[in-house]
Amino acid sequence: MTVSDVKQILNAEYIWGEELESTEIYSACGSDMMSDVLAYVKDQSVLLTGLVNPQVVRTAEMMDMRCIVFVRGKEPDAAIISLAEDRGIVLMKTQLRMFTACGLLYENGLKGGETADV
Amino acid sequence: MSESVKLSFPVLADDFSHAGEASGSLKRTLKKLGIDMEVIRRVSIAVYEGEINMVIHADGGVIDAEISAESIEVWLRDKGPGIKDVELAMQEGYSTARDHIRALGFGAGMGLPNIKKYTDEMSIETEIGVGTTVYLKVNIT
Ligand SMILES: Nc1ncnc2c1ncn2[C@@H]1O[C@H](COP(=O)(O)OP(=O)(O)OP(=O)(O)O)[C@@H](O)[C@H]1O
Ligand SMILES: [Mg+2]
Repeated sequence: MTVSDVKQILNAEYIWGEELESTEIYSACGSDMMSDVLAYVKDQSVLLTGLVNPQVVRTAEMMDMRCIVFVRGKEPDAAIISLAEDRGIVLMKTQLRMFTACGLLYENGLKGGETADV
Repeated sequence: MSESVKLSFPVLADDFSHAGEASGSLKRTLKKLGIDMEVIRRVSIAVYEGEINMVIHADGGVIDAEISAESIEVWLRDKGPGIKDVELAMQEGYSTARDHIRALGFGAGMGLPNIKKYTDEMSIETEIGVGTTVYLKVNIT
């Protein structure tokens, strides 16, 4: 799936990075706790979060993530947006809640990269 | 690389919005040095966890890194309160972070375990009231 597919499935809006919409996404991670996110590295991931601060972008940067989706209509400020722009990380927002957003992506074939027996 | 490269980054604790800047600078420098992406990612995540800890649990400090052809070594030094029980602090889920820190997305008690997970060597030297040094090493294979 691509960034553009993620946007469509979540009925989301770009905050920044529409020009990167053809970037491939292979996995997803949803959390408001950054160390939970940092515990599982997967290639070309999207991060779903209800947390809005610069550390969300920095966490994504450390993990080489491609895209951040803010759930529940959360809006990042200008400093967060410019940081994401500088790092080339797509930002979008959806009105959906975390559970629903993750569920929709999962249903459309995006996995968390874990198995039930870990 | 015939000689090792030494880098040093200050970590300020007065403004949380800057937490992670040192790790970001280190990561970009490692990229320029042409180091393997997987190695960079492991170092970056570990150093980022350590940097955040220096900001939320101590009062900032200094991060020193040494990059050679064989490995990347990092020392995260702070003059914070120290860690009372290191074994306990290393356990997944153990955190002393209060609600205002959790609201910032930290305090899951996963940082130190993550550092251990992503590095080849890790050790903690700490003294109550004096400070903490976290040492980590990732081998370049
Ligand atoms: N540099 C430090 N100085 C003083 N105490 C520390 C330091 N680093 C860690 N600690 C102590 O060890 C505990 C565990 O640290 P760890 O990084 O694993 O979890 P956390 O920071 O509380 O949460 P998370 O890292 O998941 O956001 C902390 O809650 C804190 O009590
Ligand atoms: Mg921590």
